[in-house]
Amino acid sequence: MISSTIGIWNYWIVFLLMMIGLFLVIGRKNFLKKIVGLTIFQTSVFLLYITFGKIKGGTPPILNNAIDTVYSNPLPHVLILTAIVVGVATTALGLSLVLRINSEYGSIEEDEISAQDLVDYHDQIETSKKIDTKFIQ
Amino acid sequence: MTDILIKNLPILVVLCPLMMSLIVVLIPNIFLSWLLTFASTFVAFIFSILLYQEVQIHSTISYALGNWAPPLGIEYVIDKVSIFPIIIITLIGFLTTIFSSKMMPDEINETSISKVYSLWLLAIAGLIGLVTTGDAFNLFVFLEISSLASVALVAMGAQKDKQALVAAYNYLIIGAVGATLYVIGVGLLYGITGTLNMADLSERVVDLKNNKALIAGFGFMIVGIMVKAAVFPMHIWLPRAYAYAPSAVSVLLAATATKASLYILARILFSVFDIADNLIINTLSYIILPLSIIAMFAGTIMAVYEKDIKRLLAHSSVAQIGYITLAFAIGTKASVAAGFIHMFNHALIKGALFMAITSISFYIQKRVTLSNLSGLGRAMPITFFCFVICSLSLAGLPLTAGFISKLYLIKASISADGLWIAILILFSSALSVIYLWKMIEALWLQQPRKEIIIKENPTIYISLLIITFLNIYFGLDASFVVDSSTEAAEKLVGVSK
Repeated sequence: MISSTIGIWNYWIVFLLMMIGLFLVIGRKNFLKKIVGLTIFQTSVFLLYITFGKIKGGTPPILNNAIDTVYSNPLPHVLILTAIVVGVATTALGLSLVLRINSEYGSIEEDEISAQDLVDYHDQIETSKKIDTKFIQ
Repeated sequence: MTDILIKNLPILVVLCPLMMSLIVVLIPNIFLSWLLTFASTFVAFIFSILLYQEVQIHSTISYALGNWAPPLGIEYVIDKVSIFPIIIITLIGFLTTIFSSKMMPDEINETSISKVYSLWLLAIAGLIGLVTTGDAFNLFVFLEISSLASVALVAMGAQKDKQALVAAYNYLIIGAVGATLYVIGVGLLYGITGTLNMADLSERVVDLKNNKALIAGFGFMIVGIMVKAAVFPMHIWLPRAYAYAPSAVSVLLAATATKASLYILARILFSVFDIADNLIINTLSYIILPLSIIAMFAGTIMAVYEKDIKRLLAHSSVAQIGYITLAFAIGTKASVAAGFIHMFNHALIKGALFMAITSISFYIQKRVTLSNLSGLGRAMPITFFCFVICSLSLAGLPLTAGFISKLYLIKASISADGLWIAILILFSSALSVIYLWKMIEALWLQQPRKEIIIKENPTIYISLLIITFLNIYFGLDASFVVDSSTEAAEKLVGVSK
């Protein structure tokens, strides 16, 4: 029982990281911390794929002449290489958005920002009642 | 020469916008970058028409990318199912590019316009790729290409309204979580079947009934795609992203982005897995069916109480996505066909409505709310005319495209012993008349507060007129849409049902 539980410890780590990441994304109000959570969440998936690729006693997939060689599966590694690139792009875009939000709102806390947005939204509805626009000819 | 072209069409339709996006980013001239964007979307549209003709002859075209044979290499599949969303995306992409020529310079400063067009093409390429690919992991890559490009496009709205940034941020985070969930699902399926090719996957999952990893993988995939398709509880990102994006971007996203994901949803449900499987039947009737019904009403009611028109239309999109997933959830051949019909018609309707509203906001240089619409209908007769036609189409009045989709949806649900579903559909359509009437009343019946003279610009209303014409045309002669959706549904659900 214990050996089979510990034997798949990779999956336990994946599970733990996944939950930590998802909790940070959902539970934190700080925009930067959400991105940290997202990165952890994505990393856990990378680990999941890499674990699939490992075969007990397998060697790196480089062709050799021995007949009974067991090769590890290289495909998950390649897939994850792609996924890492996507993850980096996501993080970069997210961080640049946080920078812009900080310079426009002066805060990266969700509560403060949504309070400001609510005020703006009602202003728009109210001010549009007194129409004062220059129309384009 | 033409042989080579025809043979390579499945990849060319993706590559055409993808490669052009790399060129457009380097061009400083506004007009030239628009012209190149226009040319490549037009060529992509022509390619999709050619593909449609090819599919009529060969029924399924399989393209091995880089000549690596399918189960191992990446395969691009164009069949009677996938050609349908390709036509939607390229047609709307082409029309909105015409529409964007005046809107973009108005909302985005000159230096970033070529970059915006580059992202625009990337988003379109990502969506086309999403639909064409037959490889589950390649699908994820295209999903991310299109959604990262759309996030950046939404964020460009910040030059008008800073709320666009928060909208883009939420879209990014929720979208990335959705895509990652999808990848977990693909990983689990790969772990137990050892293949990523969808056709191959569908053969191998048959032997693995009741395998727990299979069920978990299926769940992750479906939830991930449902986030992207904005199916009810995962729709939170949609209203804001559509409302604060630049005008042309709202039109493009509203008409195409969720349609591609809905197609993927249908494909995973019916093509990778089997409709006769208990797993799918339970998912459809206990998860997707109730969620769609809630979406129909939640979206409509949110729209009724909304005052900002772009948000109102976005909420109504949530309800319309509910109709499409409802049609999938009923799960008969007729209802899946109805889902595809509504997918096409909704792209036309919502594209046109967003076009009309954003061109009003172009003339008055303000966000459009219910109160500043008053009397504008008299000042802009052409836009107003198109708006009314498409509103009637959304409500489902006869002689418009919306009527056809409602008709087939209701017919399908009655024939599947779901009379109560048909009644709910009619009831929520009736509710949607409330918000449509509110807008039309403000536009036409209320007196303008000031004497307003607006000279409507033909470059803006030409694409609006084309889409409105299509709305009427497909309402009068729906044979193209109905036939191709029926063929698509036949291919997906099979003859057994």
